[in-house]
Amino acid sequence: MPAAQRSVLTIAGFALLVDALRARAYRVIGPTLRDQAVIYDDIGSLADLPRGWTDKQEAGQYRLTHRDDNALFGYAVGPRSWKKFLHVPEQRLWRAERSAEGMHVVAEPEPAERLAFIGVRSCELRAIAVQDRVLIEGSHPDPHYRARRKAVFVVAVNCSEPGGTCFCASMETGPRAEGGYDLALTEIAADEEPRFVVDIRSEAGAALLRELPHRDATSDEIAAAETVIAEAARKMGRTMPAAAEVPALLRRNLDHPRWEEVAGRCLTCGNCTMVCPTCFCTTVDDIPALDGSVSEHVQRWDSCFAMDFSYLHGGSVRASPRSRYRQWMTHKLSTWWDQFGSSGCVGCGRCITWCPVGIDITEEVAAIHATDSSKA
Amino acid sequence: MAELAAVPTVARVRSRRRETHDTWTLSIDAGEFAFQPGQFNMLYAFGIGEIPVSLSGDPVAAGPLVHTIRAVGDASRAITQLKVGDPVGLRGPFGTAWPVADSTGSDVLVIAGGLGLAPLRPAIYRLFAERERYGQVALLYGTRSPADILFRHEIERWRRRLDVSIEITVDHADLAWHGHVGVVTRLIDRAIFDPDHTVALVCGPEIMMRFAASALRTAGIAPECIYLSMERNMKCAIAQCGHCQFGPVLICRDGAVMRYDRLQPLLTAREL
Amino acid sequence: METRGLDRLICEHAFFAGMSPDHCELIGGCARNIRFDKGAYLFREGDPANEFFLIRHGRVGLELIAPGRGPVRFLTLNPGEIAGVSWLVPPYRWLYDAQSLELTRAVAIDGGCLRQKAENDHDFGYEMMKRFMTMLVQRLHAAQLQILDVYGTHG
Repeated sequence: MPAAQRSVLTIAGFALLVDALRARAYRVIGPTLRDQAVIYDDIGSLADLPRGWTDKQEAGQYRLTHRDDNALFGYAVGPRSWKKFLHVPEQRLWRAERSAEGMHVVAEPEPAERLAFIGVRSCELRAIAVQDRVLIEGSHPDPHYRARRKAVFVVAVNCSEPGGTCFCASMETGPRAEGGYDLALTEIAADEEPRFVVDIRSEAGAALLRELPHRDATSDEIAAAETVIAEAARKMGRTMPAAAEVPALLRRNLDHPRWEEVAGRCLTCGNCTMVCPTCFCTTVDDIPALDGSVSEHVQRWDSCFAMDFSYLHGGSVRASPRSRYRQWMTHKLSTWWDQFGSSGCVGCGRCITWCPVGIDITEEVAAIHATDSSKA
Repeated sequence: MAELAAVPTVARVRSRRRETHDTWTLSIDAGEFAFQPGQFNMLYAFGIGEIPVSLSGDPVAAGPLVHTIRAVGDASRAITQLKVGDPVGLRGPFGTAWPVADSTGSDVLVIAGGLGLAPLRPAIYRLFAERERYGQVALLYGTRSPADILFRHEIERWRRRLDVSIEITVDHADLAWHGHVGVVTRLIDRAIFDPDHTVALVCGPEIMMRFAASALRTAGIAPECIYLSMERNMKCAIAQCGHCQFGPVLICRDGAVMRYDRLQPLLTAREL
Repeated sequence: METRGLDRLICEHAFFAGMSPDHCELIGGCARNIRFDKGAYLFREGDPANEFFLIRHGRVGLELIAPGRGPVRFLTLNPGEIAGVSWLVPPYRWLYDAQSLELTRAVAIDGGCLRQKAENDHDFGYEMMKRFMTMLVQRLHAAQLQILDVYGTHG
């Protein structure tokens, strides 16, 4: 984007951004503090954001501490991802009504809700794109996901403070937001007077910005924004080793002894699948009313770690923890390519942070790589 | 519409027939409905849920859709107990097809195990209807016992044809049975076909398919000419729920019918 | 050179394909022609396993009687196959019944006679063992599949 067209938004301008979205009848979702973590939830105003907070993330650890400055986005990602609002945890698909004449099926109408996301990181933009491929770019687009997705307004944020478990740089999914947003903000001068250098990516974004007090960015401000992004790329907590070779590496190491080793630690709790922004697996339940006149067919999030996920002919195909951990990791990093033409992992690090025993997917790959049973 | 592959239409049971102690064939009025041999539908039992069910009738015949179902759980039991005139939810067809049209000019071995004869029957109908386009055609069918033989009267009719070979074997039998006893792979040894120009269509329990494919390889048939119909847990049938994954493959979308050259490395992995 | 008709039958039998004429003659020395009408038993469970049979024409069913179940047939054998393996190992007793399912012509071979000749001539013994081992491995694999009851419902 040519320097002349980049703008600067002050904190006051940002507050008005939130108000303007609400005035346009968007349901505004953004980062906020809850239960000692930064999560995404409804926000009413600037005051709801975790200003001046940062997070310390490590394998199996997440802690919030105060920053020395007043940065609005001085933290990485928390346990919740945007999939909670797009690929919702519970979605009625249809209901069947039964009467003397027979049965009648009523499809659930598409949601009319208009969502605005504030503070979407590059890894998260890529995660949304990954879920788009699965849920709306196949032969049978999910109408509920698609409706929410088409209507969403995205304000992205370029990370200034990657976390200890982040590895988007090595996955080539960040830290710079590359697309899939309406506006992207880079927070600069957090230690003096925080403000945002703005990138516009859509007409809707441009239209919204026109309503807000803003000015052209100076060349110093643009340089400062570039520095923030360059620094973020250098401050990654982790790296995915030889990322381009990982799909083939895992494909030829399905019997590597490391799977047994990690199975000894994995609790199959499924936390990783809950926090992962790309995990999309669901199951369906039929919920009949007590009088038997109606039955709802409801889709809800499922996890490949669940014992009955692979139930077949009286038992589970993947009964052992070893097979279930292997399924999750090889799907995320390898077979996702075969199934959907991209990686399933965006390097956000959530699975590492929120694993109760601190299993680190980058460490597991490194271990298999080190004693690769056969070279390609 | 593509999206309505996620929402069932309501069809009605036209007729039902009991095949064995736990297997029924239901024909269902679903209006205009085209399908390929090897495909399946998702059938919905009110208040209980959906299950994948093989289409087991002739894809070219007009009239109700024929499905064969084994009662092994709540939903399948409920569906097999539906009466004539009862409503049933239906979505489909899903999945890939047996390569019937692509096999013209070849010998064709149809190898069925147990309920596996059901998703193969549409292919058999097509092969028999256009018999002159194929070389040797043989059906090799193995099942548990004589009482478990599916489509028995139809098989007897097929037997009256002089241009197809039909061999049936059972795992065990009482003395009233005068046919083969033993595993279905033994029938492969005795079948007549040119391994360089043969296509094999295999369907049955996974163990049986693995051993049958191995025997077909030993007999000299190339893995690209052997097709299996795979099965895994299935919920959505539209490649969005993740349940039917088999390594790199989504069985509802890339299968169920798949070539053995692609399947072989996956079949030997444990708990995949 | 004249060969006994039986030697030739043995040499032509699928099971002994590739056997040298000398070795076929050795086997022939222990062999006789035999035929079984439909329903006749080749051998019965518990009897001494003295002879085994090369099936030339017809069909043989192997059976066991299970209490409450009656006789259960678990294998049918066709021309080209061998009926009877218990003669190979002590205690040389049949473990099941073998019944002729239709008129069956076979070559009956004395087990003891053959074991003695194999003992005396190890080359001959090895040729025999190679063939029997292949058949036994195939039968074992097939039997394992049957045990798995793959067509049954489980769980």
